Amino acid sequence: MSTTVTVVGTEALVETLFSGVAVGAKYALVALGFVIVFKATRVLNFAHASFVLLGGFITWQLAAEWGVNFYLALPLAMVGGALIGAVLQTALLQRLLGEKPFSIIMITIGVLYVFDNLTSAIWGPEDRDLPDPWGSRTIDLGSVNLAVADLWTIGVTSAAVGAFFLFFRYSSLGLGMRATADDQEAALATGIDARRVHLAAWATAGALGTLAGAMLSSGAGSVGPSLGAVAFVAFPAMIVGGLESPVGAVVGGLLIGLIQQLTALLQPEYAAWLGSGFDRVAPFAVMVIILLVRPYGLFGEPEVRRI
Amino acid sequence: MSTMTLSHASRRRGRPYRNMTLSHAADLRTVRGPWRITFAFALAAVFVALPLRISDATLGTLVLCGAFAIGAIGLNLLIGLTGQVSLGHAAFVAIGAYCTSYLGDGRGWPFLAYFVTAIVLGLVAGAVIGPFALRLRGNYLAIVTIGLVFVAEHVLRNWESLTRPVRGTAPTRDAAVAIGPLDFGAGLDLGSAVYTREQSMFWLTWALVALAAVVAHNLTRSRVGRAMQAVRDRDLAAEVIGVEPGRTKIGAFAVASAMGAAAGVIYALGLGAIDYQELSGIHGLFMSITFVAIIILGGLGTVQGSILGALLVIYGQRFIANEGAAMPILGIPVERDWMSTGELNGVLFGGLIIVFLLLEPRGLAALWARVRTWFQGWPFSY
Repeated sequence: MSTTVTVVGTEALVETLFSGVAVGAKYALVALGFVIVFKATRVLNFAHASFVLLGGFITWQLAAEWGVNFYLALPLAMVGGALIGAVLQTALLQRLLGEKPFSIIMITIGVLYVFDNLTSAIWGPEDRDLPDPWGSRTIDLGSVNLAVADLWTIGVTSAAVGAFFLFFRYSSLGLGMRATADDQEAALATGIDARRVHLAAWATAGALGTLAGAMLSSGAGSVGPSLGAVAFVAFPAMIVGGLESPVGAVVGGLLIGLIQQLTALLQPEYAAWLGSGFDRVAPFAVMVIILLVRPYGLFGEPEVRRI
Repeated sequence: MSTMTLSHASRRRGRPYRNMTLSHAADLRTVRGPWRITFAFALAAVFVALPLRISDATLGTLVLCGAFAIGAIGLNLLIGLTGQVSLGHAAFVAIGAYCTSYLGDGRGWPFLAYFVTAIVLGLVAGAVIGPFALRLRGNYLAIVTIGLVFVAEHVLRNWESLTRPVRGTAPTRDAAVAIGPLDFGAGLDLGSAVYTREQSMFWLTWALVALAAVVAHNLTRSRVGRAMQAVRDRDLAAEVIGVEPGRTKIGAFAVASAMGAAAGVIYALGLGAIDYQELSGIHGLFMSITFVAIIILGGLGTVQGSILGALLVIYGQRFIANEGAAMPILGIPVERDWMSTGELNGVLFGGLIIVFLLLEPRGLAALWARVRTWFQGWPFSY
């Protein structure tokens, strides 16, 4: 490590680690939304990308167009996102329980197309700034510059993830979610309403997706039609952690974020032969390597197959 | 009076029902009955006559439909028959497209040379990717194959000698498309009649679609095809009865990728220039999704479904893109009001996937099969 530090510089490394955690926090938010829905309903929800996209636009609509205070607009938008998730579950996905996983994936892809194109029809194709109070300001700690928006992202994400885990661990609905994920029939037999659990999972995912969208477009980011594309980069984060594991989603998100930022810093210096922009594929490379060693991710449950 | 009255034809053939097969050879026969022969001849007549009747622009769209049909036939072998989900098909299409540009347009290779090279490269790439399917299943496999389109984007963005003259884009206009004396690229010249490039390309493309369909159909009804279906339905049980799931999965990936590469060649020739951003990365993922949607709308596991689906999806999208601005489609005044043709295309595409999966999960092929069974069961149709 000492050679690395002498060439790249300690400040650059610290800044990169910091921004890696910030990027990772955003991935973790997106991946957590995926995982909650998958754990509760066994639906691999591609439409989560639309939650992220819609979330960014709803926050923008509230904060920029209607002049709502940003700190108020964010929770309002999350409520909106939760509603969209709940409506999607009741109107469409509830009918598809027990279908083949592949059909359900394709249904959510259909929803993704409808939502994405309606979003760009309503708001137009151009990028715009989210009027967040953080802008591109930085805090100087000696020679290290940290972006304010990144600090807030890490803080808000920690709060959201902490709140989710408290809810998941201590509330009765959270207990119901865990029970349903564990064994749906046994949960039904003890009187847990599976529909309510599924609804809660989709609503939570909608709210988390909205938060992720707002965080992604804050600071140096912007709200635009390509916002949802980040969700596809969050796939590796979710898969690395394991599809069934909320802890895995957070760890995977941070891991992928750190690896991506470190690759962006170090790879042009040490492994230039990998080509420019390698940090964009690094998450997928890491994903493949981890999956070949552990086919169900770091925290996933190995599938027990009946012979 | 006997309880079962045989019809005249049935009695002559010595079996109680016209579709009953009595031998293995009869079960495997390609030519099934006079109606199917008539239908085949009708299709052949349409194939020959259609380019003489319709405009070159429409023919260009149909060439693109053909390219997607070839790719979809391959992907259907993988997803519909073997049950291995892949969302990375566009990466293999890119292999074919860049072979056309680099070898055909850049190096001046003859058509058959770069076409075969593309197929072989696709086969090899599929065989390299295939082993991942041995370790990963279902959802995990779907997401790992998404990685393919992003890796392809990275490779194409950095491989500068491959992507001339502007970084990433590549022309295919000058690639030779001649088989022996038949020059499809410049337009067929049969002495008495001269045809345009679009007309000639239509004949070439749809002849290749027919070839791919025959290959896929023969695979389906042979030992290989039965092995694929056994692996799809339950790979452990397949292994017990002597099918090697590993070899079958890798083989399916290889064949699907080879057909994807073949589709890429036609796609590149049809468009005249290719852009890596359309074939890989996020748009590559959308292209892969289009392929999957084609086989779902057409019918999983059927050859004719892949072709019907390609016609529906690609022709529909092109039609809206070209004509949508001039006329209201489904009563929606596109462009004039708030929705562009691209956005309308996206919404309709997504809506079609949802509606088909909810109402007719077995696709257009099942609609067709239902009509056929009705007539076959007549007068006892229900």
